[in-house]
Amino acid sequence: MGMTMVQKILARATGQASVKVDDVLEPRIDLAMSHENAAIVINQFQEIYKDTGIEAKVWDPSKITLIFDHRVPAETSKTATNQEKIRKFAAQQGILKFHDIRGDEGGICHQILPENGYVRPGYVVVGTDSHTTSHGALGAFSFGIGGTEMSAVWSLGHALNIEVPGTIKVTVEGEFPPHVYPKDLVLHLIGLLTAEGANFKVIEFHGPTIKKMSTSGRLVLCNMSVEAGATSGIVPPDEETLRYLKEEAGVTDKIEMMSPDPDAVYDREIKIDVSKLVPQVACPHTVDNVKPIDEVKGIKLNQIVVGSCTNGRLDDLEIVAGILKGKKVARNVRMIIFPASARIYRQALKKGYLEIFMEAGAVVMNPGCGSCLGVHQGALADGDVALATTNRNFKGRMGNPKGEVYLCSPETAAVSAITGVITDPRKGG
Amino acid sequence: MSIVSKVVFKVGDDISTDIIYPGRFMATVLPSETLQYAFADNEVFNKKLNAKQVPPNSVIIGGKNFGCGSSREQAASTLKGHELIIVAKHFARIFLQNAINLGLKMIICPDIDASEGDDIEITDTEVINKTTGKRFAIQPLPKARQAIVDAGGLIPYAKQRMLAMHNK
Repeated sequence: MGMTMVQKILARATGQASVKVDDVLEPRIDLAMSHENAAIVINQFQEIYKDTGIEAKVWDPSKITLIFDHRVPAETSKTATNQEKIRKFAAQQGILKFHDIRGDEGGICHQILPENGYVRPGYVVVGTDSHTTSHGALGAFSFGIGGTEMSAVWSLGHALNIEVPGTIKVTVEGEFPPHVYPKDLVLHLIGLLTAEGANFKVIEFHGPTIKKMSTSGRLVLCNMSVEAGATSGIVPPDEETLRYLKEEAGVTDKIEMMSPDPDAVYDREIKIDVSKLVPQVACPHTVDNVKPIDEVKGIKLNQIVVGSCTNGRLDDLEIVAGILKGKKVARNVRMIIFPASARIYRQALKKGYLEIFMEAGAVVMNPGCGSCLGVHQGALADGDVALATTNRNFKGRMGNPKGEVYLCSPETAAVSAITGVITDPRKGG
Repeated sequence: MSIVSKVVFKVGDDISTDIIYPGRFMATVLPSETLQYAFADNEVFNKKLNAKQVPPNSVIIGGKNFGCGSSREQAASTLKGHELIIVAKHFARIFLQNAINLGLKMIICPDIDASEGDDIEITDTEVINKTTGKRFAIQPLPKARQAIVDAGGLIPYAKQRMLAMHNK
């Protein structure tokens, strides 16, 4: 019986010829990522070794990456102290894939991993962040775990007791109409599947539209797969994956390719034609509350956020700069822009995007998760309505349960920033 | 095993970890300190918890997809700290695993129907709503996780495995 992408990856990671859905495995881990919540992982990691007389050493420091992004620079002394603890741990354990708060190599973990070539096709990647699903865009099986689970990975180099997930095959056809993007596609898909529709399953993306899509777009799809409950999203690696890894991530060593078997068995198959897709908006307070833009246009806004691990890459900023050039952000809204990494920030600076943003009245922030998770850098006032290119609109998400968050593509966010209300990008700002 | 208890709080479907433990408190990591922020944006229930008016083994009734969203482990550790039992139609993957890893009591009960104040009995196989007289079957935890439950959580389990590896 044929295997899906993830079944093939898991078979290889456990040294077996084949695996089937529901098998319980302990795959070896190729990359283990944590951000500031490594503070929890470190505590639990030390618990594993407590009273054993054995020195607490991670299994392979070259396979661990630690990245500060959730609260950068630290917004409180508590965060600063957590970060210092992690910094010391990285040094003591010899973890070199450590990205501190820096303008040369910092950024959001889900951008740092791809742009540095840390993820390769066929890898098993775990991260203490639910959006670790992102890295399926490069053909890896990449999924989120909790801090305690990560402490066991740090110790053993294996994920313990993983069930082989079933897979939903999503085939995408058609050309994107103007003003419609991978973000609109993934919002549409989440609306279709619902927030729990892919729980404990993988979403495997296929079809001519995916073949033509850039890695940046594929990252959007895999990133938000978790919003349908998916364990991971994955795109079988192809020429574009090789191009991205070589040209953009600077990978020079051999890249192994992998594809699902033609007779792989899927739990469910979904076909989507994007040629008729219109811009989509996810409405408060669940990501699956997705509506075509016509049904929400005109809603008055207080804050626009562009950025996050979903849509803070250079192509996103380019779209926003194209809209904002020579225009002004409406007086009644605050527009906050977070490039996803320091590299992207510097690229956007060279291309003149940051100047366009600021002249339009937007505020350009340092790379990081920023207001997406409601900690700092743009909390909402009571009754505020935000429109964001981020990935979640749960109650309280942007720092205030009395605020509302709508999710959309970068272009929809940009045209709406000019008008101050949710605006259809097909009709202009 | 049989636990007799009461429903102290009922929530709907898709309760995210942002609702259980808001992101702004994520810099707090010690289980002894995450306690205070359980359902922090629900002033009434949070106050009750912090005033110790909710006895151990009290039941929260959840809908579908309980614990969706962020992987933050504080969402499980804060509920575990209050010794709550979560009975939900089903759980989101990462939350379910975090809960099992930390030893939070959780029951998957796809048809559960109960209201705040109802008296509840939980056996090995069913949840009995003693107020309405209705009985609901419990769905077993994913088999992959049972070994971790049996070891008393992931840390003792990982410790056994680490020692076995070290002594090889």
